[in-house]
Amino acid sequence: MSDLHFVRSEMLPERAPPASTVGVVGWMSENLFNGIVNSTLTILSVAFIVWAVMGFLGWAISPTWAAANLRDCQEIVAGHEGACWGVIRDRWKQLLFGFYPQELYWRPILSFVLLFIALIPVLFAMISRRMNWFLLLAVLAIGALQVGGTLGVALAVVLAAGAAFVGFQMVTTNKADRAEQIAAGAKRLPNPLIFSVLYPFIAPWLLWGGSFWLPIVALLGFVLGWAAMRLTAGVIGTLGATILAFVVPVLWWLFAAAGFADVAHGILPMGIEAVESRLFGGMLLSLTIGVVAISISLPIGIVLALGRQSDLMIVKALCVGFIEFIRGVPLITLLFVASTLLNIFMPKGTNFDIILRVIIMATLFASAYMAEVIRGGLAALPRGQYEAADALGLDYWKAQRLIIMPQALKISIPGIVSTFIGLFKDTTLVSIIGLLDPLGLSNTIRAHTDWVGIYWELFAVIALMFFVFCFSMSRYSMYLERRLRTDHR
Amino acid sequence: MTTMTDPHHQGGFKLSMLIYDSRYRSITIQIVALIGFLTLIGWLINNTGQNLADLGKEPSFGFMTEGAGYDINQRLLDYTSTDTHLRASFLGLLNTLLVAVMGCITATVIGVMVGVARLSHNWIISRLMAFYVEMFRNVPVLLWIVLAMAVMIESMPSPRAFRGEDPAATMSLFDTVAFTNRGVYVPEPLFSNSLGNIHLFGTSSLRFDVSLDLIVFLVVFIGGLLISRMIGKRANATQEKTGVRPTVWHIRLAVVAVPTLTVLWALGFYLGYPELKGFNFAGGTHMRNSLIALWLALSLYTAAFIAEIVRAGILAISKGQTEAASALGLRPRRTMSLVILPQALRVIIPPLISNYLNLTKNSSLAIAVGYMDITGTLGGITMNQTGRELEAILLLMLVYLSISLTISAVMNWYNNSVKLKER
Amino acid sequence: MIAPKLMHADEGQPPSLKSSRPQEPEENARNRAENQEEVIMKKTVFLGALTVAGLAAGASAAATLDDVKARGKLNCGVATGVPGFAAPDANGRWEGFDVSVCRAVAAAVLGDSDAVEFVPTTGKTRFTALSSGEIDMLARNTTWTLSRDVDLKFTFVGVNYYDGQGFMVPKDLGVSSAKELDGATVCIQTGTTTELNLAEFFRANNMSYEPVPIETQAEALQQYNAGACDVYTTDASGLAAARSTFEDPTSSVILPEIISKEPLGPLVRHGDNEWGDIVRWTLNALIAAEEFGITSTNIGELSAAAGDNPEVNRLLGTEGNLGEMLGLDAGWAKAAIMSGGNYGEVFEKNIGENTPIGLARGLNAQWRDGGLIYSPPFR
Repeated sequence: MSDLHFVRSEMLPERAPPASTVGVVGWMSENLFNGIVNSTLTILSVAFIVWAVMGFLGWAISPTWAAANLRDCQEIVAGHEGACWGVIRDRWKQLLFGFYPQELYWRPILSFVLLFIALIPVLFAMISRRMNWFLLLAVLAIGALQVGGTLGVALAVVLAAGAAFVGFQMVTTNKADRAEQIAAGAKRLPNPLIFSVLYPFIAPWLLWGGSFWLPIVALLGFVLGWAAMRLTAGVIGTLGATILAFVVPVLWWLFAAAGFADVAHGILPMGIEAVESRLFGGMLLSLTIGVVAISISLPIGIVLALGRQSDLMIVKALCVGFIEFIRGVPLITLLFVASTLLNIFMPKGTNFDIILRVIIMATLFASAYMAEVIRGGLAALPRGQYEAADALGLDYWKAQRLIIMPQALKISIPGIVSTFIGLFKDTTLVSIIGLLDPLGLSNTIRAHTDWVGIYWELFAVIALMFFVFCFSMSRYSMYLERRLRTDHR
Repeated sequence: MTTMTDPHHQGGFKLSMLIYDSRYRSITIQIVALIGFLTLIGWLINNTGQNLADLGKEPSFGFMTEGAGYDINQRLLDYTSTDTHLRASFLGLLNTLLVAVMGCITATVIGVMVGVARLSHNWIISRLMAFYVEMFRNVPVLLWIVLAMAVMIESMPSPRAFRGEDPAATMSLFDTVAFTNRGVYVPEPLFSNSLGNIHLFGTSSLRFDVSLDLIVFLVVFIGGLLISRMIGKRANATQEKTGVRPTVWHIRLAVVAVPTLTVLWALGFYLGYPELKGFNFAGGTHMRNSLIALWLALSLYTAAFIAEIVRAGILAISKGQTEAASALGLRPRRTMSLVILPQALRVIIPPLISNYLNLTKNSSLAIAVGYMDITGTLGGITMNQTGRELEAILLLMLVYLSISLTISAVMNWYNNSVKLKER
Repeated sequence: MIAPKLMHADEGQPPSLKSSRPQEPEENARNRAENQEEVIMKKTVFLGALTVAGLAAGASAAATLDDVKARGKLNCGVATGVPGFAAPDANGRWEGFDVSVCRAVAAAVLGDSDAVEFVPTTGKTRFTALSSGEIDMLARNTTWTLSRDVDLKFTFVGVNYYDGQGFMVPKDLGVSSAKELDGATVCIQTGTTTELNLAEFFRANNMSYEPVPIETQAEALQQYNAGACDVYTTDASGLAAARSTFEDPTSSVILPEIISKEPLGPLVRHGDNEWGDIVRWTLNALIAAEEFGITSTNIGELSAAAGDNPEVNRLLGTEGNLGEMLGLDAGWAKAAIMSGGNYGEVFEKNIGENTPIGLARGLNAQWRDGGLIYSPPFR
């Protein structure tokens, strides 16, 4: 019996999988048509997609770009359902910049580009220092050229030369060589964070214009504060110096700065044309409110988050009260406050313009949400980090500064980005209080006799603009989140 | 172990100890913070008082009891233009709550469906859902509200189209529901032997009518449900004991249906159908287009966020759970409903609460489509006609704050009750 | 529990032992953002500081004229967009009937009709903007009522358009009188006197209606055109303006009933009569100019030298010192009239019968032509 074999001793050759499980057919039968329910859903979805796309294209493809008013459009499409894109041709600049003077459009564009360059070193070193400086110098050179005048051109030449130099260096020495050079003691380029710190002074000056001395004077406040602290620390003690570091800049801004700026401007008048904030509108307004409010709310949010976590009962109560109050009321009520009450709260005669008032309220609003995001970041830090900081003997502020905050903020970046997206979308609410953001402008445009009755085209374009901004930001934040995820699940 | 001793023993209390001594410092900081805060508040109040006095508008809530003078279309209670501003605000509040509750329910339903469908193996479905989510999340909700309103107005027939010998539009569902661009008219339940209403709060601004018919109906119906459940429990007990489950479904059905139907018959229940009369449809319940637009836009917008939360919640459940369920022989659908979702719920609920809050707060954008919620009445027409901005906005904020705090309290309580009991 | 204690003890050491490194990342971030705020607030903070100083000195003169002159710009509140009355064109230049009043005042005060900041206001924000001093005057289709004058404390300086609330219905509805509107759905612009008038009208006539409150005219018209409301009610001028923009203007009729008086005019805050006078007499100058046949074409000629009509001379500053009394140049009225022409020209250019709005003068004709437009004498 031993020569009987029921077991195959050699392997069967591999066979190709059945045609129904490979290729397009296989993929489809696996993913789209496995089962009656799924097949029905697939067919329904495809039908829906075809219907929606056909309907949309049929409407959107419409040769009305050149139309000068709605009646032109109606003549061109002649009875068919078709979009009237003439309104976009006529008003796209307004939708983007509001009433910002056309010859100065380069200023908001420049500040927008610079914003990215300033953000690169903050949101991780994605590109090399040299690349960062190259970009910055090149962009600034273009900007200086726009300013015009002998000074502008001269500045542009200098900046362009700098950019060319850095660019040349970048092309000729590769990364490894550069690393060696640095190891050998070559001087590195300064940290591009310097520009990120200066950006908050440059951008408002670019947007609102005015004397070049204003940002200098504002910056000088901080320099004075810092100097006061350094110089007096030995004489009157740390505490006195710290208090002085806060008091001196405030006094400077309140009493000396304006005069100083005037005098300086009188001696050496340098500046660009001032632009009233009322001329801000469209996407520019939304972005300005969003970016300014978020960047100011970040430090306030950190303070609130720390306050909420603190052991000090009254401080904690104040922070919790503020956060819960702001989060408990809709933004529109805060905007009502901005539009009707904020001037009443201030001493008689103070008059902020409405955009500034909106920015103030939007900042308060964002701060509360930011505080919660950062609190989440603090809570996500392992307890060991706090204990390690204590073990090193660091005091509270040093522990926060050197150990806790850098990590907590890093964890919070996706949350911060989504808070920004939320706030950016919410800036459309300012149309309710009469500001001309894209949505508010759509009403104003429709009030012009040329475009009475136009509707969908404006909404489609506004929705698209917001979508592009928010979608790219949310994708970016998801990418960051993936990069930051250190746990392995 | 070294024992810590504070370095200062000798000498009495020195002023500098307030700052440098850790025992007193926290108190110092807190007192300074408190003083700073109170100073700020005092300064603001002082400014406000002075400015208002200069404007001749001393703060007073007296305007709330004055006649409102305007009409409200969407209202849950009786109201005329001779009622007070307080009454108008109260109706606005009810409208806010109405749209918030409706919105939360539909947003949850849509959100859960989309969140689950996004994880579907069907490629087209999951892509389509992803498209929906990204579409709605990345465009401002105000734009969606305005768009929904525009779609309602433009795509539905106007009541005029229903008129004439050969009308351009007809009523749907066997002539019972009318979809018009003024809203949807649906049949309303009516009782010919009505028991009348209970009038609460007399003739004050907060007066409230409760239909006795509704109370009776609900009592009987819920009573039926409870009895039915008891019968079900007993059947379970029998099954546990004997292994044979008695057939009880017909009894359970009868316990609910018979008394309920009897009550309806006794009250003379019938449906009032909408019918074209004059300019509008008359009869039936009218859901205004502003309500529908707001409700749809808020639900769809919030549902996109809820879908993401649900998806994240499901993905947070380890794959082993699915595999274990499969090993037990559960079909995918039952795996989802019996194993995955109940566990995912614990991850889902906290962010869900904040989305409910957001929806409620976003309902204040009703003002853009003319739905008379509390922002439209108290923060809109009332504020505008009386010129009492400070008082109106203060009240408005208080109302929203109490709604928000109530929702988070209720939902947190629910969250605690479903939370995994940890040892 | 020892570690934290230790930490505190460390902090309690004499300051000289403590490191005095400049505060870094997080502190920096805060400073940076605070800075940003500061920079934005630049002027405002400085102005604020000046104001505080001024207050401390106890001087709070409310001279709007001085403010406007110091600023070099007139802040004028207008509507966010009403065809013919106020709307910006593609270049952002505001045009319209109300806008012309602002331009005339700017021309009279500052000599430049473009020295105006137009502040778009909604029905809701307009009064607070004026009372808080954000704007110097409001020219925004605002009805002169007792409560606005007395309770809200505004001075209406005159009437630049006599209006009344009317109703517009589609022709095929077959309605010929507002009394037949029982049960109708009515679109109203919210935040105006219209909704109160409407409620009173229907209550007085014992009729029911369904109000649809809408924020802007553009949306109201959309609803009306789609048939979402049967009736659109607003000021008769607005109705005519709206009807003119329809594809087929004859498809709608404006009902004969005018249910309210709506005298629309520019207004200023109580408490600064000098400023009120300037706005009032600028408006009157435009009206008087039409009466005396002073147009933007012949004004150069007429103002070159004193002519036969002493009142024209006084108006144009070639005789007397009216400008000086107002605290303005002698050529104030000339500048105002040159900014957009006399009242009639402004009317014709923005809302007259040759514009798409196509309004007839009607009540707004000069008193000699049977209208109500009438200027007190320049004497």
